[in-house]
Amino acid sequence: MIKPYGDTLNDGAIQLSFTLPVPHSIKADEAAKQYAHKLGFNEVEVVQSNPLSEGFSFFVVYGKTNIQLDYDKIEVEEVKKSMDYYQVNDFIKENIKRKIVVVGACTGTDAHTVGIDAIMNMKGYDQHYGLERYPMIEAYNLGAQVTNEELISKAINLKADAILVSQVVTQKEVHIHNMTELIEIMEAEGVRSDMIVIAGGPRISNKLALELGYDAGFGRGTYPENVASFIVERLGGGYSG
Amino acid sequence: MTKLNLDNNKIVKARELSKEITKPVHDYINKHTTVAIERATLRTLGADGVNKDEIPVPNIIVDALADKIKHGAAKHYINALVRKNLNPQQLNSKIADGLDITTLNFTDKDLIDKKARELVEAFASRVKENVCFRNKKIDQYKDKENSPLLYLIVATGNIYEDIKQAQAAARQGADIIAVIRTTGQSLLDFVPYGATTEGFGGTYATQENFRIMRKALDDVGDEIGKYIRLVNYCSGLCMPEIAAMGAIERLDMMLNDSMYGILFRDINMYRTFVDQKFSRMINAFADITINSGEDNYLTTSDAYEKAFTVTASQFINEQFAFDSGLPPRLMGLGHAFEMNPEKENGFLYEMAQAQMAREIFPEAPLKYMPPTKYMTGDIFKGYIMNAMFNFVAKATNQGILLLGMLTEAIHTPFMQDRFLAVENARYILNTTKDFANDIEFKKNGIMQTRAKDVLNQTIEFLEEVNHIGLFDAIEQKMFAEVSRPKNGGKGFGGVFEKSEEYYNPVYEYLERTLNLK
Repeated sequence: MIKPYGDTLNDGAIQLSFTLPVPHSIKADEAAKQYAHKLGFNEVEVVQSNPLSEGFSFFVVYGKTNIQLDYDKIEVEEVKKSMDYYQVNDFIKENIKRKIVVVGACTGTDAHTVGIDAIMNMKGYDQHYGLERYPMIEAYNLGAQVTNEELISKAINLKADAILVSQVVTQKEVHIHNMTELIEIMEAEGVRSDMIVIAGGPRISNKLALELGYDAGFGRGTYPENVASFIVERLGGGYSG
Repeated sequence: MTKLNLDNNKIVKARELSKEITKPVHDYINKHTTVAIERATLRTLGADGVNKDEIPVPNIIVDALADKIKHGAAKHYINALVRKNLNPQQLNSKIADGLDITTLNFTDKDLIDKKARELVEAFASRVKENVCFRNKKIDQYKDKENSPLLYLIVATGNIYEDIKQAQAAARQGADIIAVIRTTGQSLLDFVPYGATTEGFGGTYATQENFRIMRKALDDVGDEIGKYIRLVNYCSGLCMPEIAAMGAIERLDMMLNDSMYGILFRDINMYRTFVDQKFSRMINAFADITINSGEDNYLTTSDAYEKAFTVTASQFINEQFAFDSGLPPRLMGLGHAFEMNPEKENGFLYEMAQAQMAREIFPEAPLKYMPPTKYMTGDIFKGYIMNAMFNFVAKATNQGILLLGMLTEAIHTPFMQDRFLAVENARYILNTTKDFANDIEFKKNGIMQTRAKDVLNQTIEFLEEVNHIGLFDAIEQKMFAEVSRPKNGGKGFGGVFEKSEEYYNPVYEYLERTLNLK
């Protein structure tokens, strides 16, 4: 059984910061303290409080919790170790024996290309080369605010092996609608099984992507080689759709 | 003696190159108009409102004119006012109800000219009153202003919720409030109408929203004894219309870049260049500070390797701004603190870059953007990065400081995130108040050498762009590593060559007033 660690094993110490919609006052401090108690914390200390605006106060609070967790019962999906840049290129040469084509875009009204650029641009991200740099990958980054129809027609024309869809703006679930529509159109046109379709973005998980009919989803912290590995393993492993 | 000891001849050289680069573009601009320029002109003359299908009156008129807009839309609107003996409000509602003013025969030229003078005068005096009011308030509350001005963003999607957040930010110490636009508005070829409460990642820029937020900021400003500046986005397909609306509703700053729309929104390059000039003329007349968007180059390219693209773009933006009558004191040229935090001596390179912008553009209220690219879920590290950024801003006398949020990589800011950002900045601004005046840079040290190198690279780059030509350089991926074909992108269909009898009394008035002729 485990609990958070402050400076002693099993002390259950946690730091919190939050805002309450009340004017800054002694009463507000007491409210913050009692609220932390309600969250299950003991030995609550409101170490800092500040007025934010009329009727809002900000608190930094420490507390200790008795809630424990059985670590042995935690189950997670095993993270598969992905190939690196060189291994991906070698894998394509040996197993696929031709250049593969990847088309990516930030679809719908979403104008934030930071995700698709990190994966596709030559430069890549954080010293990880983007797909454009891979000698065995022909990568086409269509940029932002591309309609699903445009993306599909481009992918068909280029005979793409894989489509990458980036969704950064996720307010009011707009990404779900947009991602679903892409799959629907592909199915209607009978091309869904011709390509690997992958979604990415800070709020995208593999689980969500699979539910929406994608082959995979990649979230925060993904590097280009993670995406490339997935694609080439699917292609090289006799993926037939 | 300056800190960086840059070769002044090289700075002069870079300016000359920018002038040569923009010259052919400027020739193109002067021969063309766009649907957005015509709609903006109509707005300054009084066209406003929407029909039952929510189509704005300026769009109804311009759509009806089709390719006749090469003669200018203003004449038709003014003619209708004279012939029907109506005021603009009355005419607007008739147009919204279906009156087609483009089929009316023209009345006497003298009568049209007289009416035009009257309408232009009404617009001009409204804008001049705004400028007067702003200057008076800024002067009155001068002591409380931060230096640099602290710039905070609100982005709820709902104008009334934005007000709460904006007023809270002002009370916490912000000098400037930017209302982020809803995702995708830059690609709408019309400006939505009325107060709005639904947006994705931001709030629609509408004239009514401008008015509502202006009033809210004036109110909170009087409460705390400060003039709170309001910013919106003078970009996208409606760039000149937003400028007109901002001039009328007393916005104080506008994001207004000469190439941003082309590179990052795939708007046609001809459309953007033609539109940006008129929008900048309006901003110049309304004494509105523009903010250019060089920070965007660094989110797609490496900030160390491609630093020269920022400096080059600053020179080009400056030249386009000069061509539109903007004085340097209104040029919030942009740049950003985006180097990889793992880079050894990255801080010195950032400081060299910021100081270089300061020395090359001494009068410009430089707009400095915080780290975004390398921000992570580690909010504690993010908070330090923002502190380093704030320090560079103060130590190099930046004009406008867009505050970084420690939760940048996680969510749109919580109210407490803005509070922490302001606390961070005010601590640094106070504790390093006279630092900039008290230090010199080591001769031929890391920072001087870096600035010299970047300026050299900038000149090489500008020479290449000048050799190829700006239109082709954009097509050939020389900016932001993205290629934009000349006839591609959005909005090209809305560009028209002006006819011999092209008539635009607002454009002429602004050209005269800004000494552009």
